[in-house]
Amino acid sequence: MSAVGHTPIDHAHDDHGHHHKETFITKYIFSTDHKMIAKQYLITGLLMGIIGIMMSVLFRMQLAWPGESFWIFEALLGKWAPGGVMSQEIYLALVTIHGTIMVFFVLTAGLSGTFSNLLIPLQIGARDMASGFLNMISYHLFALSSVIMVSSLFVEAGPASAGWTIYPPLSALPQAIGGSGMGMTLWLVSMAIFIASSLMGSLNYIVTTINLRTAGMSMTRLPLTIWAFFVTAIIGVVSFPVLLSAALMLIMDRSFGTSFFLSDIYLKGEVLANQGGSPVLFEHLFWFLGHPEVYIVILPAMGIVSEILATNSRKPIFGYRAMVASILAIAFLSTIVWGHHMFVSGMNPFLGSVFTFTTLLIAIPSAVKAFNWITTLWKGNLQMNPAMLFSIAFVSTFITGGLTGIILGDSTLDINVHDTYFVVAHFHLVMGISALYGLLAGVYHWFPKMFGRMMNKNLGYIHFWVTSIGAYGIFFPMHFIGMAGLPRRYYTNTSFPYFDDLMDLNVFMTVFAIITAAIQLVFLYNFFASIFYGKKATQNPWNSNTLEWTTPVEHIHGNWPGAIPHVYRWSYDYSKTNENGEYVIPGQDFVPQHIPLQKGEEELNH
Amino acid sequence: MTPFLIIIVIALFAITIWQLSKIYELSKDTGSIDSTQVANDKDNQTQGKLMLAFGIAFYIFMLYCFWVFSDRALPAASSEHGIEYDSLLLISLAVIMFVQIITQGLLHYFSYQYRGKKGQKALFFADNDKLEFIWTIIPVIVLAGLIIYGLFTWSSIMNIDEDGDAIVIELYAKQFGWEARYAGDDNTLGKANVRFIEGVNSVGVDQSDPYAQDDVITSELHLPVDRPVIFKFRSQDVLHSAYFPHFRAQMNVVPGMITQFSFTPTVTSEEIRETEYMRDKIEKIKQIRLDRSTAGEEDMADYEQFEYYLLCNKICGVAHYNMQMKIVVETEDEYNSWIAEQQRFGELMQDAPEMQDPEAVEAESGNEMAQAQN
Repeated sequence: MSAVGHTPIDHAHDDHGHHHKETFITKYIFSTDHKMIAKQYLITGLLMGIIGIMMSVLFRMQLAWPGESFWIFEALLGKWAPGGVMSQEIYLALVTIHGTIMVFFVLTAGLSGTFSNLLIPLQIGARDMASGFLNMISYHLFALSSVIMVSSLFVEAGPASAGWTIYPPLSALPQAIGGSGMGMTLWLVSMAIFIASSLMGSLNYIVTTINLRTAGMSMTRLPLTIWAFFVTAIIGVVSFPVLLSAALMLIMDRSFGTSFFLSDIYLKGEVLANQGGSPVLFEHLFWFLGHPEVYIVILPAMGIVSEILATNSRKPIFGYRAMVASILAIAFLSTIVWGHHMFVSGMNPFLGSVFTFTTLLIAIPSAVKAFNWITTLWKGNLQMNPAMLFSIAFVSTFITGGLTGIILGDSTLDINVHDTYFVVAHFHLVMGISALYGLLAGVYHWFPKMFGRMMNKNLGYIHFWVTSIGAYGIFFPMHFIGMAGLPRRYYTNTSFPYFDDLMDLNVFMTVFAIITAAIQLVFLYNFFASIFYGKKATQNPWNSNTLEWTTPVEHIHGNWPGAIPHVYRWSYDYSKTNENGEYVIPGQDFVPQHIPLQKGEEELNH
Repeated sequence: MTPFLIIIVIALFAITIWQLSKIYELSKDTGSIDSTQVANDKDNQTQGKLMLAFGIAFYIFMLYCFWVFSDRALPAASSEHGIEYDSLLLISLAVIMFVQIITQGLLHYFSYQYRGKKGQKALFFADNDKLEFIWTIIPVIVLAGLIIYGLFTWSSIMNIDEDGDAIVIELYAKQFGWEARYAGDDNTLGKANVRFIEGVNSVGVDQSDPYAQDDVITSELHLPVDRPVIFKFRSQDVLHSAYFPHFRAQMNVVPGMITQFSFTPTVTSEEIRETEYMRDKIEKIKQIRLDRSTAGEEDMADYEQFEYYLLCNKICGVAHYNMQMKIVVETEDEYNSWIAEQQRFGELMQDAPEMQDPEAVEAESGNEMAQAQN
């Protein structure tokens, strides 16, 4: 196992070449080192993010100026935008692939993949993941699935276009929509590989967290990041296989004539032979993953934000035990609420009542978390680093987006806002924007650990403020077009006059979307330029307590040059004082986890 | 119009960049050593104040949105259960906005108030069971109230009384349109299945079923006011969703399955056109369309008068956005005379040339006939 297989002393040099012959390929491509794999995940995730966000800009332009001709449509969409006017087919394909890429490839793999890989070994005090090889395979399967998903954009009949939820029969029948031909096949193959990748990653995270914690690192001393990644991995292992089974059944319906999801269908003048299947079954299977999936997306962001808020507030996270308990409660509840996506699917109304009950229960741990974050800021000494700003904004968007969940989770109220833009506004704020903020906060915070250099803070501030204003500019007004009863996934809302008064709002949102997307270029520039030209980082730039900041700036195999540090305390001893009001370590407002209890220090049980 | 908007976008963007470069310059010019890229006191000052400014701006923006955009929201419900729906929505919105105002205020205020200063000591405050208990129990109580209210409303909406004087109407969805089938004088729908689709029998009604003879198939939905309607939904191809925004009603339409929803319309089309809300709205839309026509970009048909409509609200293919049906709510008398004018299914089939032998259809569908319901 790579976790114990190296004599770390040998690698304490800056020069890596002495003992292993590391070629470009073994170092940068087929690496089994968790830190390199984390970077691979991050960069692949960012590339997919660029594609996904570009797509959203394109369809937002169509929504604001329906049927207008734009040269950029013609340049990027080719035959799908004859004369520069976006076609109906490609509009649906864009929303479908945007959703798929952002949810799975950016916010699942890009977020959880990056930070679980980077932080689990570093923060628990392990040399590497439990299985470096499995970890490598996991990344390469993810890369393969990304390539397949992107390649599906180029097939003749167009990419999958049945919505990211790919409900059959639309997704099963190429006669119903062009994208359900080869494009859908590639979508399903890509997702099957993605699921395999995700499972390998998750199993690795679970085993590593359970088995490889350093001496003294009890579960109650784990940083909240690790708790979040650990529980996320468990949810992934529980729910992703269900999506795989749904995908397999859909593949069989599509290619081998089975009828799991199809029944009584008349299309293009022909009655299909399929009999006895139910699309509602697919919805159940899909959302059994689909709902936990949103927590797979948001929990790592919550963990990251908790850590960054505490560090930059120079205060312990408020209510550590409550935070852990609420992560566990959210994880448990997340697997029994999927039906709230299906209140009007035709399932038994009694089930609707049950799912309303469980869904609104989830608001309780979420509320506790939000209050605890706010209290963490109270009477702090807030260090306004870009990561901190994104973490504060995370709390803000999580609350704004989460509150509307009270409307959507109520089966009665869902009737009239179901599948309208109200839903789009809700989930973009609560899991899309919030999780992206978590990702960005994490990048700004751990960039020094990943690349040994600092990102430019002023560019970070610009990036933050424009993004923060832009995100609300897009998604807050969107609630109102949802309340006006405008359904989502409409190519245009001008085919009848009733919604004409929403056009100014659509333009408003699109302008913000374009600005917000454009400002991400500042981030990308900052990110890539800082990798090469950033200011050299010190070992512990944020004066943080967690173990990753005890490793040298230069990456080495096995993380610590000497013995793995022992842990003597939890990770939140910020601004801890003795009886006399003096810091525990005089002149220093933080006590890292590997520092033994000081003389006269009182140990608190958290 | 469009070039104008694009220019606005570009101009706004340019202004943003310009403003940002100013911020950049300003924040650069802090006089402190910019070697570490870690926030210093100056940054904490600036960013803390910006956080407060953002919090205030966000309040104003929310108020502005409610002030300006709320007239776009749907008018008061035109159905019996819709009244209850609206009041539940109002209560939930009030609760949400109350919490939103408080939490966002605290968040942004704390970000400003406790911005870092050299020498400032943070309070080591790790736990307080009392506080945590309070903010666990408050959501529990509030949510319990909302859940109970919601569930009572839900079960009264979903509890369909089949024995009363409700009219039974089948709504039939296909790519990309709707058809309605009234159950006729016997108020019982004839059996139907996609396997019966043939020529003019476009919704696949079983011709041999005596209940089917008086069914009426229409392309417009007429409903008598103040009388419960039970909708039975059937799809011939993919998932659709029957969305009646003004009646606070929605149900997915699932191939291979019959779903149902029931409501009682309470406001006729005539009446809603006379409401102040609808007059203003239609005036506004007419003006928008007139402006666009005179701008010469497109010739927009006049928006004559408001009609209720039924929309498809589940992605169903390329023309999903244009799958709609007009709904007319009228008095019982008007409804009765309208329905009397419509052709019965039996007559329709007699008029149709070259009817196929019903026996053959039956043989073709074989055992699967059991699937055909109603």
